[in-house]
Amino acid sequence: MAKLSIDELKAKAKELRTLIIDTTVWAGSGHYGGALSSADILTALYFRYLNLDPANPDWEDRDRFILSKGHSGLGYIPCLHLKGYFPVDDLKNFNHFMSPFGMHPDCHKVKGCDASTGSLGHGLPMGLGMALGARLLKKPFKTVVLLGDGECDEGSNYEAMMAAAHYKTDNLIAIVDRNQLMIDGFTEDVMSLEPFADKWKAFNWDVIECDGHNMEELCAALDKAWAANSGKPTVIIAKTVKGKGVKFLENDVRSHYGAFDSAKAEEAKQDIANS
Amino acid sequence: MAAKSTTGTTWNVYDANTMSAKEIYGRVLRELASKNDKIVGVTADLEKSTNIGIFGKEFPDRMFNVGIAEQNLFGVAAGLAKVGFIPFASTFAVFAALRGVEQVRTDICYQNLPVKIIATHGGLSFGQAGTTHHCTEDIAIMKAFPNMTVIVPADGAETGKAVEACLDIPGPVYIRVGRGFEPPFHQDDNFNFEIGKGELVNDGTDVTIITCGIGVLQAKFAAEELKNVDGISARVINIHTIKPIDKEIIMKAVKETRRIVTLEEHNVIGGLGDSVAAVIAESGKGCAFTKMGLQDEFSVVGYPEDLYSHYRMDSSGIAESVREIMGREFEADEDWSDEV
Ligand SMILES: Cc1ncc(C[n+]2csc(CCOP(=O)(O)OP(=O)(O)O)c2C)c(N)n1
Repeated sequence: MAKLSIDELKAKAKELRTLIIDTTVWAGSGHYGGALSSADILTALYFRYLNLDPANPDWEDRDRFILSKGHSGLGYIPCLHLKGYFPVDDLKNFNHFMSPFGMHPDCHKVKGCDASTGSLGHGLPMGLGMALGARLLKKPFKTVVLLGDGECDEGSNYEAMMAAAHYKTDNLIAIVDRNQLMIDGFTEDVMSLEPFADKWKAFNWDVIECDGHNMEELCAALDKAWAANSGKPTVIIAKTVKGKGVKFLENDVRSHYGAFDSAKAEEAKQDIANS
Repeated sequence: MAAKSTTGTTWNVYDANTMSAKEIYGRVLRELASKNDKIVGVTADLEKSTNIGIFGKEFPDRMFNVGIAEQNLFGVAAGLAKVGFIPFASTFAVFAALRGVEQVRTDICYQNLPVKIIATHGGLSFGQAGTTHHCTEDIAIMKAFPNMTVIVPADGAETGKAVEACLDIPGPVYIRVGRGFEPPFHQDDNFNFEIGKGELVNDGTDVTIITCGIGVLQAKFAAEELKNVDGISARVINIHTIKPIDKEIIMKAVKETRRIVTLEEHNVIGGLGDSVAAVIAESGKGCAFTKMGLQDEFSVVGYPEDLYSHYRMDSSGIAESVREIMGREFEADEDWSDEV
C-alpha cells in the first residue's frame, strides 16, 4: 500500500477525527479525549510506517502494533476501518450487544488487531515478547506500542523497559501519548511523571521528544525510530493535547470519557473541519 | 427522613433510592471518617469513578491517589494498616481481584490487616467496556484467601450498611458493587443487615433461589411471576455475605424446598453457587440443584441490561431456570430424620 505524503496524512487525520466523533455517537459514549490526542500518531503509523496487508490480517511478516492504552479503541478501531480492514457499517454497532467493538479492542473480533487490551500496563511486556520473537524468527518486522502517559504509572512498564534494554531490542518502539491528563486530573498533580524523558534514558532507551500533532515532527521521529540499529529500543514521547481538534474538549479533564448530543457532535465536527 | 443505624451513621433514605451504590459508599465513608480519624482512603486514578473521592474531598490529607498502579495501591494500604490506620482501598473490581491480587493475598490477608477493599464496576456492570473491564472471577479469588470476608450487596442501601459493618470486622473485607445504574432492591433502609447472615426476601415452599447483588431484585420479580403464572412458590434468599456463608439459611431451604437455584453475576466456577453446593454436599442431604451465572465463558460486549438477559440473569431467565428445575427428577431420601 502506498505511503501517504505529509499533506495526505494531515487530511487523513482529519478524516479519522471526524470518524471518532461519529463513532462516539453510534456507540452512545466513549473515551474521546485520548482517542483524539492519539489520532495523528495512529494516522502516521497506519498510513506511512506500519507494513501491513489488510487483505491478509494474519500475514506473519507484518509489523505489529499494540494499543496499550486500550481505552483509545475509539480512535484505533475507526483507524483500522480507514485502513481497509472492515466496512464503516461495522462501526455503527460499536458498544452495542454482541458487537465486535467495545470500548477496548478484542483481537479475536477486531480484524487487524494484534492484542486485546484495556487493562493498562500490559502492552509493553507483550510488545517486548513480540520483538524478542521477531529476532528469534529472524524476521525484520517492527513492534510498536502506544502508551498513555497516566498508564506509565504502572510498574509493569518499568519491568519491560529494563528488560527491553537488557535484551537490546532495537526493533521495539514505544510511543507515549503525553497529553498530560489521566482520569483524576493532570499527571503532574495526581502522580508526577517528570522528569519523564530522563526515566527512559536511565533505563537505557533512545528517547525522541516531538510534537505529537505536528506531522512533520512525528514523521521525522518515526523515521529515526524505524532506522534504529544502536542496540537500544526507542521511545517517542509525543507531546499531545487531550481532545485535540475539538475546542470544548481540549486539555480538559472532563474529556476523558463522555457522550455527545447531536448539536455537540456537529460543533465538534465543525471544529475539526476548521482546524 | 433520616435513618439511624446501629453505630449512629445517618444518611437519607431518599438518597438510597436515587443514588448509586458507590455514591452511597462515598457518603457513608465520609461520615464514618468524621468520627474515626483512623480511616484513610487509597485509590489508583479512580477517585471519581469509584466515588471514594466523596470522602477524599472532605479529608484530602487522608486520601492517597497512587496513580494508575494497583499493586502499589494494595501495598500502600497494607503499610498504612500496619501503622494503625483502617484503609479503604477502591478501584474497579477487575483490578482489585486480578492486577493487585498478590498484594491483597500476601500483604493484606496473610498479615491479616484491616484493609477494606470496596471494588466498583463488578460483574458485567461496565458492559460496553468488554471483558477487560468485566469482573466475573473476583468472588472465587477473594474467598480463597484465609482471613478475607467477601460481601456482594444487593443495592445501595445494603452497601451503606455493609461499609459501616465492615469496620466491626478486625481483618480484611472485600465488598463488590456495580457501576451505578443498578436499580435498588430495598425500598428503604429499615432492614437488618448482619455480615454472615442471609436475608429471606420471599418465603416459598417449592424451590429456593439463592442469589446476591443484582440477582436479588431479579429473583424477587421472578418469584412473583412464578407465583402468578405457574403457581410455583419460590423462596428467595439474599446471600450478601459469600464468606463466611450462612449455612443455616441454606440448609433450611434445602430441607424445606428440596430444589435450589443459585444465581450470581460471576462465573459459575468458584462463586456463590459453589459455596452453596459445598454446604449442601457437606450436609449429606440431596436436592435438585442448578447454578446460574456465566457458564465458564468470557462475556460479550453490550449494555448491562442486554448482557443480563443474554446470560439469563434477569427475572425471565431466572423463571426459566426455575421451571426447568421443577420438572427435574432427583434421587432423594424422603425421610430426613435418620440423617445427620
Ligand atoms: C490497570 C488499569 N487500571 C485502571 C484502569 C482505568 N483507567 C482507564 S483509562 C485510565 C486513565 C488513563 O490515562 P492515560 O494513560 O493518560 O490515557 P489518556 O489520558 O491518553 O486517555 C484509567 C485509570 C485501567 N483501564 N487499567
